Amino acid sequence: MYELTNISKSYRQGKRTVDALRGVTLSIPKGQLVAIQGPTGGGKSTLLQMLGALDRPSGGTVTLGDKQLASLGDRALARVRATEIGFVFQGFNLIPTLTAQENVETALAPLGVAAAERKRRASEVLASVGLGDRGDHLPAELSGGQQQRVAIARALVKDPEVLLADEPTGALDEGTRDDILDLLEGLWKEKGLTVVLVTHDSAVAKRAERRLYIKGGTVREG
Amino acid sequence: MFFTYLRRELAGRRRQTAIVAAGMALAIALVIIVNAIAAGVKDAQGSVLESVYGVGTDITVAATPATPEEGGAAGGPRFEFGAEDGATADGSTSLSQSRLTAGFGTSTFDAAALETIAGVDNVAAAAGTLSLTNTTFSGEIPDMSQAQGGGPAGGGTPPQGGADGAGGSAFGVDSFTVLGLDPASSAVGPLSAVTLEDGRGLDAEDAGQYVAVLDSTYAASAALAVGDTIAIGGSDFEVVGVVASTSADATTASNVYIPLDVAQTLSGEEGMISSVAVQAASSSDIEQVQADIEAALPDTTVSTQEDLAASVSGSLSTASSLVANLGTWLSVAVLAAAFLIATLFTVSGVTRRTREFGTLKAIGWSNRRIVAQVSGESLVQGLIGGAAGIALGLVGVLIVNLVGPTLTGEAATTTAAGPGGTGGGPGFGMQEAAASATEIVLNAPITPLVIGIAVALAVLGGLLAGAIGGWRAARLRPAEALRSIA
Repeated sequence: MYELTNISKSYRQGKRTVDALRGVTLSIPKGQLVAIQGPTGGGKSTLLQMLGALDRPSGGTVTLGDKQLASLGDRALARVRATEIGFVFQGFNLIPTLTAQENVETALAPLGVAAAERKRRASEVLASVGLGDRGDHLPAELSGGQQQRVAIARALVKDPEVLLADEPTGALDEGTRDDILDLLEGLWKEKGLTVVLVTHDSAVAKRAERRLYIKGGTVREG
Repeated sequence: MFFTYLRRELAGRRRQTAIVAAGMALAIALVIIVNAIAAGVKDAQGSVLESVYGVGTDITVAATPATPEEGGAAGGPRFEFGAEDGATADGSTSLSQSRLTAGFGTSTFDAAALETIAGVDNVAAAAGTLSLTNTTFSGEIPDMSQAQGGGPAGGGTPPQGGADGAGGSAFGVDSFTVLGLDPASSAVGPLSAVTLEDGRGLDAEDAGQYVAVLDSTYAASAALAVGDTIAIGGSDFEVVGVVASTSADATTASNVYIPLDVAQTLSGEEGMISSVAVQAASSSDIEQVQADIEAALPDTTVSTQEDLAASVSGSLSTASSLVANLGTWLSVAVLAAAFLIATLFTVSGVTRRTREFGTLKAIGWSNRRIVAQVSGESLVQGLIGGAAGIALGLVGVLIVNLVGPTLTGEAATTTAAGPGGTGGGPGFGMQEAAASATEIVLNAPITPLVIGIAVALAVLGGLLAGAIGGWRAARLRPAEALRSIA
């Protein structure tokens, strides 16, 4: 699914150059559940940005399926994100003024799906994450776990190839964390998704098929 | 999705929407009110000018006054009496002399200019007038011979007779304005803006006749009516008509109107006129006609209605400059402030929504879609402000019209006063030539153009704020937007 070859990424911080990734070479096969762990500042976020087509590497190549992400323009990268990649964030990142149903529909807007079809698919996927009756609630009216379920529904409604989750349980209590992990694991098995989880939590990482450890911009198998 | 998101955002951020819309509404209302009042003042100036120059006069031509010669007579009429003049009774001599002279500060020029003007391209009509002042000097001089034997100190007989019966003198000066005009021409000129109250107006057959038409206000003050006789320049004229200004409470351009040829003869201004009222074929020709007349008659002052508007004085003039200066600058300042508020709120909204837009970019929203969303929100805020501003502006204009402030305007036919001008005049309470004081209730009209301008400003404000906010949003890199989260 993913082929990363000798990826490097540098940032300018004032007069200083920070090397967030140093020559990372990595292959993630289709349908794999991968957990990425590492200390803060180790490069987890930067690696996730490369995988999610949110940024381009300073050097090396990133291949998703048959697409060279490093050479695509902004519009083409947005298209890849719209069609092939689902994101789940630690802080849920729901639009506060939109209802749960409308939040899920935002993922279908760039695909040009007709309004009726958009509503139908959003309702279905909300029901599949156990929130069929909460579609008209605003995020502020939902619990943290429910908000993360809405965020997962938003990531899945476009039937992506890849699900990237950035600390998906970082803001949740233990009980809710397990519910969300069960949900993600179930979807992974059911849909055959490629799932990449970034986490600090070893309990979460243990449930993954494969564990990677990133520190100082380099990756090793955990 | 666009409209749902837009609606939810505006409803969800009511305070921001209300502040931006209120700022825009205030600015647009001010623009509407200032524009409407400016249009009202312009209309009022038009009415004042109409009462002087007549309906449809686009251009007036007057002689450029020349500097009086050194030691030359500059001033009012001169009365000269011979030793045998006057009627003597009881030793006192009664004197009376009436003179018709060119209005003070009025220069005359050859009437042949009228033909030159009529020959200019796109001149629809031209009428020449001669602005005059009739001044009557009358008084009584006592029998001075009685004082020859010495004054009271000398023990002689005190003077007898005279106005007070004790040797005193009394002199009266009475003056009124007279306008000589071509009786055959009524399409353009001062008499085209009057209504006939009694009798008849001047017509082609009146040429050479001693007939006069009076302004109704003057006729009332002089206790004259149709059929009476009025002395002008020492000759008796029959009053054939009384006219009044079409503007409420206004007087017409002159006190008395007489045929031009008679006016020229009596005033000694044979073949001369003081002003020409010109009507252009269409409003788009005015500039060309003005330029052509100036070229053909270099010694004349050619003024358009716009130039003449500057000659309107009184509170109308104050209102005009107030609207033009304070009103316009206030509108511009408030408009700029409203645009700034809208832009700052939009930009600060984008900054506050960094995570939101970053998330949308991460799930595949293109820059264009996000810019459209931000711009759409700003545009709708601008339009809400515009709608509220139009309503507020209409209420403001309604209040202005209900209050109906009265403005006084005064315009003089002699737009180019000569050296010495109106200052230092002949005294004796003489009026300036053909001055017309008009009281006008300000009526501020609302035109589709004003509403159009208001809507355009609302759209402009919204688009400006949206464009800047959208530009900020487009510059957000999704990775930057999400950096704080990962």
